[in-house]
Amino acid sequence: MTEHVAPLLAVEGLTMRFGGLTAVDDVGFAARAGEITAVIGPNGAGKTTVFNCITGFYRPTGGRLWLTRADGTRIALERLGGERVASRARVARTFQNIRLFAGMTVLENLLVAQHNRLMAASGFGLLALLGTGSYRAAERAAIERARLWLDRIGLIERADDPAGALPYGAQRRLEIARAMCTEPVLLCLDEPAAGLNPRETEALAALLHDIRAAGCSLLLIEHDMGLVMRISDHIIVLDHGRKISDGTPAAVRTDPAVISAYLGEDDEDEVESGA
Amino acid sequence: MAYALQQLINGVTLGMIYGLIAVGYTMVYGIIGMINFAHGDVFMIGAFVSLVSLLGLAALGISAVPLALGLTLLGAVAISALYGWAIERLAYRPLRGSFRLAPLISAIGMSIALENYVQVVQGARVKPLAPVVPGGLTLMTEGSFAVQLGWMQVVIVVVTLAVLALFTWLVTKTPLGRAMRACEQDLKMAALLGIDTDRTISLTFVIGAALAAVAGLLFLLYYGSIDFYVGFIAGVKAFTAAVLGGVGSLPGAVLGGLLIGLIETIWSAYFSVQYKDVAAFSILAVALIFMPTGLLGRADVEKV
Repeated sequence: MTEHVAPLLAVEGLTMRFGGLTAVDDVGFAARAGEITAVIGPNGAGKTTVFNCITGFYRPTGGRLWLTRADGTRIALERLGGERVASRARVARTFQNIRLFAGMTVLENLLVAQHNRLMAASGFGLLALLGTGSYRAAERAAIERARLWLDRIGLIERADDPAGALPYGAQRRLEIARAMCTEPVLLCLDEPAAGLNPRETEALAALLHDIRAAGCSLLLIEHDMGLVMRISDHIIVLDHGRKISDGTPAAVRTDPAVISAYLGEDDEDEVESGA
Repeated sequence: MAYALQQLINGVTLGMIYGLIAVGYTMVYGIIGMINFAHGDVFMIGAFVSLVSLLGLAALGISAVPLALGLTLLGAVAISALYGWAIERLAYRPLRGSFRLAPLISAIGMSIALENYVQVVQGARVKPLAPVVPGGLTLMTEGSFAVQLGWMQVVIVVVTLAVLALFTWLVTKTPLGRAMRACEQDLKMAALLGIDTDRTISLTFVIGAALAAVAGLLFLLYYGSIDFYVGFIAGVKAFTAAVLGGVGSLPGAVLGGLLIGLIETIWSAYFSVQYKDVAAFSILAVALIFMPTGLLGRADVEKV
């Protein structure tokens, strides 16, 4: 990536206040196309708040969030708000807690994510009722795409089981596959490795590489430093709502500001807040 | 024995009608967590549209019963569906995201408005309708008591089963149904995956209203008289059925409807007609004490 190419996502001066609490304070960073960008930081650093601003859950108090499409047009995410970030800007996300449709089958979870394409092809349901050819073709394509992802996440045999019956690690992978079925340009993952055992973490790392290879950029929050250091192209470190470091894994790892944020020197703050 | 069989037939017939209405309550509750108190009045509108249509068709000289009923069914479903859509659009959607009681109060207001509207337009007197599907089958006689299966009862059971089969197919097999189920489980997540949740909610109201309209037509044909207030009583019973079956569960709504219909009929037959509602609601109360989520409802287990 050369510098004059606009990054996929440019965060400029992002600030988010909740009443008197400043959760995110003037944070700026870029996530480049075709890369895995990680946002790390101690608990309460404002990582999830940044995510919620990017994905339209919060309207930022200040700052800009630019998403640059492949054709060069820019979208101001903070103005879209709500679900339109997902549908218009093609930014998908997952949450810290699993939010699968537990009562639906694994396959159905992936088909729901392709609802819009299916609906358009089915004349908003009318043709589906009549069972016309164009709808059948669209449904076949949707199932084919779902099958592709099921294959990648190793759940092809469990396609017809209820999603809620899967083991935890498989549910995590299914959530990512579901997000990918919306064909996003940027996938935001909030702690995808939380609660996974080492083998499942390995499978996750492979899946994230597959996603990057498929042309989707990734932005992730993660506490598993081993995973972050291994798979990220670029790391942003937040602490107390501010960006304290930004660079390659190697550069971030040796940054004194990062080390002190993780290892303590918080005594000062505690005294202040206790007083 | 013969008497009991007769009560079973009557109870199932009544229960089918309650079940059809209950599906509308349970669907709306499932998707936006709100009790649509105006749903019973949509049923009433469906019955009135059917009455006007049947009388109109008779006046036009269309006397073939299947044709007249078919046209009436289409008309009642279409107009009631329009009501269902408009009620959601006008009275509930503007309040979405407001505090929880706001749409509930709006629903009660909508219910009163619809009842009074029909009272003003159609008058308050009970409207009779001559039997459209008379006659029946004598299944067996025991002494002086003959067990009758009216053709109308057959029509009610067959139509209800057909409508429910169509509806089940719609919910389980089509993309529309998939979207509805997704919205029911996690509205926010469904929206994030690109589902137009507003449209899906509208559609839920439309389908619920259409089912209520079918129930309205069947009710009119079965009892042969309606007034502007039928929606309230039938609505409360159907709501009870939905709660008994487990609110949010579609098979539960139908099962609850059948049970309420049977309890009511059997109580009236063996004990007292005056206390049939007391019986139905008492059984609901007892059932809810021991099964708070209803018969087929699933408890929301919060993980901590």
